[in-house]
Amino acid sequence: MVSKEFIQMRRDRVTFAMMIGIPMIQLILFGFAINSDPKHLPTAVYSADNSVFSRTLVWALRNSSYFDIVREPRNEGEIQRMLAQGSVQFAVHIPVDFSRKLLRGEQPELLLEADATDPSAVGFAISAINSLTQSVLNRDLTGPLNRLRPSPAPFRLVTHPHYNPENITQYNIVPGLMGVMLTMTMVMITALAITRERERGTMENLLSTPVHPGEVILGKIVPYIAVGYVQVFLILLASKYLFHVPIVGSVPLLLSLVLLFITANLAVGIMFSTVAKNQLQAVQMAFFFFLPSLLLSGYMFPFRGMPLWAQRIGEVLPLTHFLRVVRGILLKGNGLSEIARDLWPIALFALGMVALGIKRYRQTLD
Amino acid sequence: MDSPLVIDVEGISKRFGGRTVVDNIPMQVRRGEIYGFLGPNGSGKTTFLRMLCGLLIPDGGSGRCLGLDIRTEAAKIKKQVGYMTQRFSFYEDLTLEENLDFIARIYGVSRRKEAVEKSLERLGMTARRRQMAGSLSGGWKQRLALSACLIHEPQLLLLDEPTAGVDPKARREFWEQIHQLAASGLTALVTTHYMDEAERCHRLAYIAYGRLLARGTVGEVVAAGGLSTWQVAGPDLPALAEHLRALPAVEQVVAFGATLHVSGRDAARLRSSLMPVMTPGHRWEEIEPGLEDVFISLMDAAKDNFV
Ligand SMILES: Nc1ncnc2c1ncn2[C@@H]1O[C@H](COP(=O)(O)OP(=O)(O)O)[C@@H](O)[C@H]1O
Ligand SMILES: [Mg+2]
Repeated sequence: MVSKEFIQMRRDRVTFAMMIGIPMIQLILFGFAINSDPKHLPTAVYSADNSVFSRTLVWALRNSSYFDIVREPRNEGEIQRMLAQGSVQFAVHIPVDFSRKLLRGEQPELLLEADATDPSAVGFAISAINSLTQSVLNRDLTGPLNRLRPSPAPFRLVTHPHYNPENITQYNIVPGLMGVMLTMTMVMITALAITRERERGTMENLLSTPVHPGEVILGKIVPYIAVGYVQVFLILLASKYLFHVPIVGSVPLLLSLVLLFITANLAVGIMFSTVAKNQLQAVQMAFFFFLPSLLLSGYMFPFRGMPLWAQRIGEVLPLTHFLRVVRGILLKGNGLSEIARDLWPIALFALGMVALGIKRYRQTLD
Repeated sequence: MDSPLVIDVEGISKRFGGRTVVDNIPMQVRRGEIYGFLGPNGSGKTTFLRMLCGLLIPDGGSGRCLGLDIRTEAAKIKKQVGYMTQRFSFYEDLTLEENLDFIARIYGVSRRKEAVEKSLERLGMTARRRQMAGSLSGGWKQRLALSACLIHEPQLLLLDEPTAGVDPKARREFWEQIHQLAASGLTALVTTHYMDEAERCHRLAYIAYGRLLARGTVGEVVAAGGLSTWQVAGPDLPALAEHLRALPAVEQVVAFGATLHVSGRDAARLRSSLMPVMTPGHRWEEIEPGLEDVFISLMDAAKDNFV
């Protein structure tokens, strides 16, 4: 019995590869890609006060390894846009009269605005900057300025955690779950759908009829789009009434964009089903796709905490972008203009998969 | 005047991974004919049928089916052909009626409801219309498959071992129906392993190892085999068979029920070989060779030539 199992296992190359491959991927992803203490977070600095103090502050932020200063916006509006788009995680705002007030001992405010949709992405960085405030300016406060040295601190740090001010993890997780569930079910169901026809022999019958391949694929997709929407509605209802997630943005906008994401996942499933020889393989391929989607998309762990190579892979996956879209719309109240940059990667991915699927789909049994 | 050719193939071939599975097999079938297609398992019958209806593309050769090119006009051929696959290939989790309705929709049958109703009735399946296809017995599955093939009123039926696993009564009914359909002008190409079914065909072809070994009416095939056959009945046949096989000019000794068929192609030498062993303990009789005798002899010859 055991030796028969081993023989069969060896014959089914794909299954065998998956059995080795999936644990390897898990090992690599969990071992190397995941880091719950994200550093080098993109930060915008808006300094309305050009002084030695503000320059020292910027320098200290850079040195902390938590903040990468990537943008220097010119006004408050730009800051809000960058946060909404998610192009920066933080924005540091040094007010106009920062140095004047500082010298007068008036403890000016230093404003730190954070995109706190994912509380775990910003927590460490905020504590790092907090500990900075005590000592950062000591070097500049010498001689007669010595009296301004702490304590109390020469300035006050004010943090504005935007979008999720109470750091409620569910606010981030529950809307994201929509993407995760869609990825899981849509890919799996369609991967099975065509493979099942082939395995049961009904494909031969279908192919002997004049049915057009487009009809077969469309016929496989349309019912599942409906299923996908049912899931989306359930999650939206749960978000609102069960978890009390604040729904800031436009639900109709979200619903229309969900279609793009569902299509992308169905296309992956169809592509898999043209490759898989049996249903087991189809399930394994779906899992093979699901795993990195779950781990590298920023759903389980902060996207920016991952090494660059993992982020690159993550950027290819539709879930990564869809999470930004859902969270953007629901939590940030984003409109089309802020999320456009996450739409085209999903569309591109979907197109690629459809092309592969069509290329692989055979109208004959060859 | 002859009826027009429905299948007209000069010779098509198919290779799978370097192995030639169908080797330049020709076929001509006329309208209204029931054409038997015989050969051992793995000889390439299914592959040949699949090439006829566009499911596989021939690697070599070409031909016409219903006047259409099998390479380039597969889509048009599919509309007029009813193909019954060797393996049951309907949806086991749909009822009889749902399966028929689905197929009717795919073919774009006009007045679909009527067509479904008619084929349920014709096959005597009206009472079982709501039964799941998966729970049907072999005979009923075969009836469902046949009526699904017929629902779009095709010109040509390609039936791949339609009676495998079907009881004798259902087989007889099936053949009666095929003959009725043929009488109304439908053409049928049927693969089978049963000799009695082969004898019910107007003409037949016999293939092995992907090559055509014989074709024509039953009489022509038997005559072309050039075999003379003796039938022996009596005690201790297995021992006798052993003994007979060693004799010169005896090419095959095959057990048929309580008799042996002893055949060879050289009638005179066979007779002189057998004379000394024709003891009164056994009843000897020279008979017309049957299809099966001929096929076995063809197979043996083919094995020597091709393998
Ligand atoms: N898709 C395929 N790929 C590879 N080999 C095949 C394929 N289909 C059939 N064959 C091989 O071709 C040979 C002929 O098969 P088939 O046409 O099914 O024979 P038959 O129907 O006469 O039993 C068999 O040896 C079979 O293994
Ligand atoms: Mg076959």
